[in-house]
Amino acid sequence: MSEKLSADSRCEQTGDEKQDTQEKEAVVPERAEEAKLKAKYPNLGQKPGGSDFLMKRLQKGQKYFDSGDYNMAKAKMKNKQLPTTGPDNNLVTGDHIPTPQDLPPRKSSLVTSKLAGPENHDSVNAACGMQDHN
Amino acid sequence: MAGAGGGGNDIQWCFSQVKGAVDDDVAEADIISTVEFNHSGELLATGDKGGRVVIFQQEQENKIQSLSRGEYNVYSTFQSHEPEFDYLKSLEIEEKINKIRWLPQKNAAQFLLSTNDKTIKLWKISERDKRPEGYNLKEEDGRYRDPSTVTTLRVPVFRPMDLMVEASPRRIFANAHTYHINSISINSDYETYLSADDLRINLWHLEITDRSFNIVDIKPANMEELTEVITAAEFHPNSCNTFVYSSSKGTIRLCDMRASALCDRHSKLFEEPEDPSNRSFFSEIISSISDVKFSHSGRYMMTRDYLSVKIWDLNMENRPVETYQVHEYLRSKLCSLYENDCIFDKFECCWNGSDSVVMTGSYNNFFRMFDRNTKRDITLEASRENNKPRTVLKPRKVCASGKRKKDEISVDSLDFNKKILHTAWHPKENIIAVATTNNLYIFQDKVN
Repeated sequence: MSEKLSADSRCEQTGDEKQDTQEKEAVVPERAEEAKLKAKYPNLGQKPGGSDFLMKRLQKGQKYFDSGDYNMAKAKMKNKQLPTTGPDNNLVTGDHIPTPQDLPPRKSSLVTSKLAGPENHDSVNAACGMQDHN
Repeated sequence: MAGAGGGGNDIQWCFSQVKGAVDDDVAEADIISTVEFNHSGELLATGDKGGRVVIFQQEQENKIQSLSRGEYNVYSTFQSHEPEFDYLKSLEIEEKINKIRWLPQKNAAQFLLSTNDKTIKLWKISERDKRPEGYNLKEEDGRYRDPSTVTTLRVPVFRPMDLMVEASPRRIFANAHTYHINSISINSDYETYLSADDLRINLWHLEITDRSFNIVDIKPANMEELTEVITAAEFHPNSCNTFVYSSSKGTIRLCDMRASALCDRHSKLFEEPEDPSNRSFFSEIISSISDVKFSHSGRYMMTRDYLSVKIWDLNMENRPVETYQVHEYLRSKLCSLYENDCIFDKFECCWNGSDSVVMTGSYNNFFRMFDRNTKRDITLEASRENNKPRTVLKPRKVCASGKRKKDEISVDSLDFNKKILHTAWHPKENIIAVATTNNLYIFQDKVN
């Protein structure tokens, strides 16, 4: 990934914290990054009750279609717009109406690991005791 | 053992071997998820996202021409775990091998524990180099003979055959974890082991699969009060009553199983105080510990968080004794690293055999070593471009800002899809195994 780090004028805004100590210098980029993130996602960190990251982590694993949830959500959503899949799509199945496109593709059949395959020929000579010509 | 950096008595690392496919199109199943040497270093195991284990064996050194240490060749490969589906919870259980841990060798066979998110398995890897021949009631190809055609009797004998290495599952430890297993660790008593998931740690006996003891439970009564999860756990290498577990908040708790059956109250809490004025949205995320490893001596432990490696003296809880910056230049990239999820990458770390050097991975297929004695560090790259045999690897340098020197790489050019999360160091020699996404590199120090 490459992203141009444009001249960040936000550094100047933290004027009252800007002391000439090593640690402050290290923190300013972090705060600048935080400001960038908050600008992009203003609602971040405002959800009540438990950390988003932790909840997502605990609930890792696909949630499949549940017709009960689907119909309940459809009934609730009658007067609202359908939600699009966002980063929270795994949190509550009821609010997210899954479509066949959302389901992951079937796993491929089991084959032998490529690590057990023949080695790249460049490395075959690596350890066969070639004389060092120094 | 000599140090990590270049020059003087320090180690010069050379490419030795690379395993895996050359093509760039990586199948998910081929993503390497764990790497581990056994206790002698003769065997090297890898696990992947497809649930497969591949074990490499070091060939005996050529004693006459010991210009290099033995090569690692495939010894055994087997399907350890398969994908499962929990119908009750509508959850897919990945077959990805999260961890492999070897048991010390007791007899001719080798044993290892491998685990996915939910189930731990004990595998026996044994060699067969003889087979019985000369049965009375069976032909050589296995077909049964008609007993009425047997006129004489003979005694079957064992005859040598080509070496066959067989892997068989001897124990399956299942149904003890509601959340996802992140660690397994074998106790120094060689009879028990622990398995840790996000919220609980269980103690098992290697012979008993139908029960395990819960020794740590940090699940709050109300899940909305959840503030931290367990990220890694390990038994002390010498004290069979002691283990540690790390958290997503950057703390490590040391527990003593003699104190109580349920070790919810720690004996020691290791935490570096944070300056509250330095706190940002990212502080907690980057302080989350992704790996914890005791030193071989048992006096120290090492933790890895997103940007650094810290060495702790078990006798001092209030701060680490050493801190090494792995890639501090990423601090000014945290916003993008959050957006592409890289900030949640879980890097592991390891000690060398004499506890004098520590190693961890980074991005762009770089890995870093820190010499605790000389305080020097080095950055190397695992790349097929460097695979001229026995050529010393060239140190790499990342240019954080300002004018980029020749041979330096700027932070913006780093490939964040090329991450080295798993590395392992031979317990006795200067041989290291470094896993890129789907390739395994073996490097050795230059002999002579």
